[in-house]
Amino acid sequence: MATQTHGAEVVDAAHGAAEAGMPQLDFATFPNQIFWLLVTLVVIYFVLSKIALPRISAVLAERSGTIMNDIAAAEELKLKAKEAEAAYDAALAEAKAQAQQIAGETRAAIQADLDAATAKADAEISAKAAESAKAIDEIRAGAVDSVKEVAKETAKELVAALGTTADARTVTAAVTARMKG
Amino acid sequence: MATEAHGSESSLVFHPMDQFKVTPLFGDGPVHWYTITNVTLWMAIAVVGVILLLVVGSRGRAVVPSKGQSIAELTYGFVYKMLEEVTGKDAVKYFPYVMTLFIFIVFSNMLGLLPLSFTTTSHIAVTGVLAVLVFLFVTILGFVKNGSKFLALFWVSSAPMAVRPLLAVIELISYFVRPVSHSIRLAGNMMAGHAVIKVFAGFAPIILFSGIGVVVTPVSILAITGMYALEILVAFIQAYVFTILTCVYLKDALHPAH
Repeated sequence: MATQTHGAEVVDAAHGAAEAGMPQLDFATFPNQIFWLLVTLVVIYFVLSKIALPRISAVLAERSGTIMNDIAAAEELKLKAKEAEAAYDAALAEAKAQAQQIAGETRAAIQADLDAATAKADAEISAKAAESAKAIDEIRAGAVDSVKEVAKETAKELVAALGTTADARTVTAAVTARMKG
Repeated sequence: MATEAHGSESSLVFHPMDQFKVTPLFGDGPVHWYTITNVTLWMAIAVVGVILLLVVGSRGRAVVPSKGQSIAELTYGFVYKMLEEVTGKDAVKYFPYVMTLFIFIVFSNMLGLLPLSFTTTSHIAVTGVLAVLVFLFVTILGFVKNGSKFLALFWVSSAPMAVRPLLAVIELISYFVRPVSHSIRLAGNMMAGHAVIKVFAGFAPIILFSGIGVVVTPVSILAITGMYALEILVAFIQAYVFTILTCVYLKDALHPAH
């Protein structure tokens, strides 16, 4: 702005010097550059501080928030998965235990039935055996009596055949003594 | 371009500095402070670029960003991290100012690399104002935040008492030289690279006038290509350097103790 008021000569002189050397040192153009620079900076500053930066910062915050949430959700899901696994394991163990119990009970029941049946069969068998033994004893006793009878008869016949008689009591006693011997 | 304009002459014409001339966009009158010039045009293009990148680019506000939004977020994160790491967490409230500086400089530098464009940041008037704004902001902030303790910046308490006054003078001088180096570094880098490219461009059409052009012209074109690649790097690095120095100065203002 200063250059403007100095008048055309100074400006021309500055222009002349600048044309010989560096346009950067042409002070006549400084007010123009500085004015437009300040306008530009103010515009950029307002565009950035009012629109661009809050928006980008919000997006970045939202993204980091989303990532945090996702990580937390993933953590939660992992915990849930672990819980589910534990529950599954527990259920499996319980089922196994139950199965074992049922198997044991069944085995015990079968064993009991089997034992009962065996005992019953044993009892029946021993009863039958006893009956049979009794029958055999009877038969044997009957046989001994028959043998005594036959022996007495035979002995009487033999005595008679030898020409003598013997009373029945003696014969019986002799036969009995023989049978015992 | 200068050579093209003077193509009818049968000799090489070098005007490497013509590209930096501030000229009115309409008509041919004097350059008043309000005149719409090529400065206005290229700063306006920078503003449009900033809006395209940071406003239009981020309009989706998507959690999973588009390409444009990714670039906008990367730019944001780049400057934000720089400020946070260099200056400290308490400085993030000055982020819009720092971001304004960085985005303006990086856009001006990059737009200046377009052929036929005008590089606003190659002018000491522009970078000087930027540096003085930073200097004033930092100095005033330093005194507002720390009061007279801000002067501890110049009093190197870790040095022996005998040399402290001397160091204080040196620190004071270096403090006031800051805006000078801050601005000339940026403008100088921009200007030098562009001027060198222009000089090579002046040599490139020599093949039209002389046999030696068989060698010079390909070499010039290769040199332009190489310089252009370097300038792209410099355009970004100088914007980065300007911004990180601003962060360093801001740190001095917030934490003046050595």
